[in-house]
Amino acid sequence: MRGARKVARGHTIVALLQDHPGVLHRAVSLLRRRGYNIASLAVGRSEVEGVSRMTLVVEQEDVEQVVKQLNRLVEVLQVDDVTHDPTIEREVVLVKVAAGGNMQSIVSVALGYSATIADVGMGTMLLELSGSPAKVEGFLERLSPFGILEATRTGRIAMVRGRATHSAAELVSDLVASTPAPQSPEQWLSQADGINGTN
Amino acid sequence: MTLTDDSRTGAQLICEALLREGVEIMFGIPGGAIMPFYHAMWEYRTQLRHVLCRHEQGAGHAAEGYARTTGRAGVCIGTSGPGATNLVTPIADAWMDSTPLIAITGQVSSAALGTDAFQETDITGITVPITKHNYLVQRAEDIPYVIKEAFHLARTGRPGPVLIDITKDAQQARTVPRWDQPLRLPRHKSARVLDRGAVERALTLLAGAKRPLIMAGNGVIQAGAAAELRALAERTGIPVITTLHGKGAFPESHELSLGMSGMHGWVHVNRAIQECDVLFNIGGRFDDRVTGKVSTFAPRAQIIHADIDFTEIGKVVPTSVGICADARATLACMLELAPAGNHAAWLSRIRDNQREHEPHQAYRRRPNTPTLMPHDVFASLDRSFHRHSGYRVVTDVGQHQMWAAQLIEWGRPRSHITSGGSGTMGFSIPAALGAALAFPGETIWVIVGDGGFQMTNQEIATMVQEDVRNVKIAVINNGYLGMVRQWQELFEGARYSGTKLTGPDIALLAEAYGVRGIKVERPDDADKAIEAAWAHDGPVVIDFRVEREANVFPIVPAGKSIGEMMVTATASA
Ligand SMILES: Cc1ncc(C[n+]2csc(CCOP(=O)(O)OP(=O)(O)O)c2C)c(N)n1
Ligand SMILES: [Mg+2]
Repeated sequence: MRGARKVARGHTIVALLQDHPGVLHRAVSLLRRRGYNIASLAVGRSEVEGVSRMTLVVEQEDVEQVVKQLNRLVEVLQVDDVTHDPTIEREVVLVKVAAGGNMQSIVSVALGYSATIADVGMGTMLLELSGSPAKVEGFLERLSPFGILEATRTGRIAMVRGRATHSAAELVSDLVASTPAPQSPEQWLSQADGINGTN
Repeated sequence: MTLTDDSRTGAQLICEALLREGVEIMFGIPGGAIMPFYHAMWEYRTQLRHVLCRHEQGAGHAAEGYARTTGRAGVCIGTSGPGATNLVTPIADAWMDSTPLIAITGQVSSAALGTDAFQETDITGITVPITKHNYLVQRAEDIPYVIKEAFHLARTGRPGPVLIDITKDAQQARTVPRWDQPLRLPRHKSARVLDRGAVERALTLLAGAKRPLIMAGNGVIQAGAAAELRALAERTGIPVITTLHGKGAFPESHELSLGMSGMHGWVHVNRAIQECDVLFNIGGRFDDRVTGKVSTFAPRAQIIHADIDFTEIGKVVPTSVGICADARATLACMLELAPAGNHAAWLSRIRDNQREHEPHQAYRRRPNTPTLMPHDVFASLDRSFHRHSGYRVVTDVGQHQMWAAQLIEWGRPRSHITSGGSGTMGFSIPAALGAALAFPGETIWVIVGDGGFQMTNQEIATMVQEDVRNVKIAVINNGYLGMVRQWQELFEGARYSGTKLTGPDIALLAEAYGVRGIKVERPDDADKAIEAAWAHDGPVVIDFRVEREANVFPIVPAGKSIGEMMVTATASA
């Protein structure tokens, strides 16, 4: 049905994470425990080795508390809700449509969206498009009358315009290299005075 | 890599890393996947004491009891699979009550991970939501750094549990350790710098207040800030209320102490919250047992909230001033800046309220009956605590927990230990074991229900094996899962579904464990039994056969405003 697909509302969250096993599980677990649905999740390397960058779209009215709790995770270097920031948002879609006598019409839709024809098979055509989430939605809508056989989307990635707001290099140089001196039990206890105050 | 004489097994490295963190005692149970660690700890046994518990849940709570009384990180150990899952309850408990806890679990060999190997359980997956952080360690060379970081995380900032799952092959492999690796953690995870501007705004609000209140929570105790709190209250003249976990943060004998607020708080305290114009919460997290129905909580108040965890500020109630810092740093800064004040009129208004309500406080007195009432036991215990010093009390979960909070006068930080956030029945006896080993020169009292007693009393055997002599257990035996029965009586037409409870003869069971057992059935015998327990050199279990259907009042029905307190089964205040 036309117009049934909508650009996911809700919040776009950008996070920089240490690239460790399990870090994604920890982050996603905070949404899962609330029963939030993740509309899209895109994770990959940032500009710095050892730091992953994640863009998360959550269909939820209020994400303030969950963003704070994400921020509290040990391996999360930075996290922000960029929904109301001026951002560039992109998605890539690969879509396979049934192509027979209507090949020419499909090609003209593709041209109209500046999509690439990635592959032509027996009775199928595989198109590739990178664009804003709205553009991707529009593209898929235009193609649906031809019969979409398969579609896969990367999920949204986002970057705030202008000056660097999520620079991994800065965050990594900010990792605290502090060695707290090992403490003897006595030191520990005397430091925490008041612990053993007497009645 | 060439192996030199400096090489160690991963298991040895665990021991050495623990020693470097100042660990002197750990609680656990061995099994296949953790056997290399147990093999190694034998070499270190003179410095690193291992206490064999009877259930990993007991080991975890014992480590919590040690941590809660000392302020240091407690260490518990389990094998993979069921050993690890048995630790889940204490880990969740430590998470909810911000207790520094290190849980070390064995894991199947790295090659077998993910194959449903014998006793393989994904414990790092299971504990993601209930730990500050956790680690799956598959290489011996990672052990020194991981243990160092784990302890740092467990005890800094808002303390909490950290789990370290170590594969069997990592425990067995040999490596030359590197101990000099500095911690590399994101800066904002470390202690925050106090925002003096926020403190000044808070003081301005307090200075303009006509009816201010200080609410003290666990954070005050964790930060060792009781002295600063008292000084601030005395300087400003602001009355102090506490949460359940704030008990001990402020002496309840002090003229500015009002007592506990919340679901089972005193009527005048909850009324004061509803009337106050500025509420300064230091180190508490506005748990729903404290706030009741949030939308009606402290309706006239501007809220100042100081908490070390930034996620807590504004989480439950809208906050006028948020201060994200350690409670001691916050209070010390306030003491630097706060002018002297006086709130005699407000305090006397609260005291008038209290006096006016006094005739309706039947729940604070024993009814005229020959039956042993819970109140008799708590009055006797309170009297004995005034006579003796050098004690701490661990309470379990249920009616007896609330009576203990209400009817005993608390005064000292880390002397009232209970499971608050999780409300874990079975917490008290093992936690007392940990506390007793931490403070062998003190007497650790346990107050536990017959339900909770039957969950973890096997740790009495651990006390006997470890020659722990300074634990005294008062069982408030009412033959019911009393707190649930009370809710059924008050709110569910007295349908006692699944709450009637039988049990062994507790005094005889105590004797069977090899400790002293005493049965008390008459009010007049309570004092004598408690004194006998103090005097006895060894654990004592007293079975107080109390009135079966006594209730805890006041009570705020679940979901109701703290202004609507029931003071009898039929009357509200
Ligand atoms: C492990 C666990 N299971 C169930 C509960 C629910 N619960 C809360 S209080 C309570 C009754 C406790 O009974 P008892 O230990 O006899 O104490 P009493 O209330 O009678 O003083 C129960 C079952 C709980 N808090 N913890
Ligand atoms: Mg009971």
